[in-house]
Amino acid sequence: MSLATRIIPCLDVKDGRVVKGINFLNLVDAGDPVEMAQIYNDEGADEITFLDITASSQGRSTTLEVVRKSADQLFIPLTVGGGISSTDDVNQLLRAGADKVSINTAALKRPELINEISESFGSQVLVISIDAKRSRCSSGFEVTTHGGSISTGIDALDWIKEAIERGVGEILLNSMDTDGTRAGYDLELISLVRAISPVPIIASGGAGDISDFAKALESGADALLAASVFHFGIYRISDIKRDLDRKGFTVRQGNQIGQN
Amino acid sequence: MIAILDYGSGNIRSAQRAFEKTKHQVIVTSDYQEAVSADGLVVPGVGAFGSCMKSLLKIDGDKIIKERQQEKKKTLGICVGMQILFESSDELLNGESIKGLGIFPGRVVRLEAPVIPHMGFNEVKVDETSKLFKGIEKERFYFVHSYAAKDPVVGANSYCDYGGGFLAAIESQTVSAVQFHPEKSGAAGLSLIENWASGL
Repeated sequence: MSLATRIIPCLDVKDGRVVKGINFLNLVDAGDPVEMAQIYNDEGADEITFLDITASSQGRSTTLEVVRKSADQLFIPLTVGGGISSTDDVNQLLRAGADKVSINTAALKRPELINEISESFGSQVLVISIDAKRSRCSSGFEVTTHGGSISTGIDALDWIKEAIERGVGEILLNSMDTDGTRAGYDLELISLVRAISPVPIIASGGAGDISDFAKALESGADALLAASVFHFGIYRISDIKRDLDRKGFTVRQGNQIGQN
Repeated sequence: MIAILDYGSGNIRSAQRAFEKTKHQVIVTSDYQEAVSADGLVVPGVGAFGSCMKSLLKIDGDKIIKERQQEKKKTLGICVGMQILFESSDELLNGESIKGLGIFPGRVVRLEAPVIPHMGFNEVKVDETSKLFKGIEKERFYFVHSYAAKDPVVGANSYCDYGGGFLAAIESQTVSAVQFHPEKSGAAGLSLIENWASGL
């Protein structure tokens, strides 16, 4: 009896539409996040993550609508990240049907936000998203913002320790060095964070080859997030699970929900 | 009719939608009479043990659940909604131990595993007399929690293992509860909800 590794597809959503390239033949509307999420659900995704990259406040209400529609159809956990800066924002998303929220820049600006959210809703709803990049910091990795373009000078491991102490329930660990390269997850980063983190780690950034997923688990990740390999149809979730299963990792089998 | 008890913030919408998949009408309510008279009552878990209990007491949730128990009406607790059915918990609120409903004896304890919370899909060793798991004995369910009950109740006890065994589900004559989230456990979770609803 053991816990299954979670495979988590991530969808970038802007003004209610999926913005990264999508390559599924059976899609009616390639930009509809609800339909995309449904397909991933049917393929055996263990959770879905929406990253809201909407800038305008008008777009934010569209995002809530997307969350509502997804929650009406999806019966697996849904995490929403992007633009969350208060407990009110969190409350709105949870009420709309999100199970977890991920925060990033807002927590760097005001770390107390972590305490506020975990005290109000429980640490299990809170994911801290970290954009780590190799640098001359003492751990070798620093925290960046704006997709890796702005350095904060904060040591990534120090920030993770602080976030855990303040009450996050999970770490979404994005490598800005491997993100988008499909050259594999940053295994060194994952094992460094594993050594200091008692909370689950979601590895993100760099998945390209099918063997990358097992390597991230061997380095200490608890869950695996990927975007482009799924969106572009390079691998299906079932391919990854089959490979992991063959290598002795525990996975959950598919999840087709009947229409009736 | 199934009533989902609304006593705080959190994602109740998913539970509502999942229970609507059954043939029953579903309402989300904090009204005493509605909650007491519904054929089935669902008590979702909200946040931590202490804050959950405090919010529950504000709407007389303790009286609602106990009155239903006396009238032999069925109630289903989910996640922390299961934990609060026990007497107490290791999970403190500002350093203070908060009393649970004490419908079942025993204390909710912190899980002892290297990685906490226990988060993801796990298997359940299903009690042979279980009705909730009928037809879905081999499925996985979605857990997200750091504390759990371990003391068996009078009735069906189904276990999960994460750094040691703990109760994944309990079924007594009227009050049942699951530590995992059936509304987040895909097709298997919907089947469990259907199994519970069909017994109302």
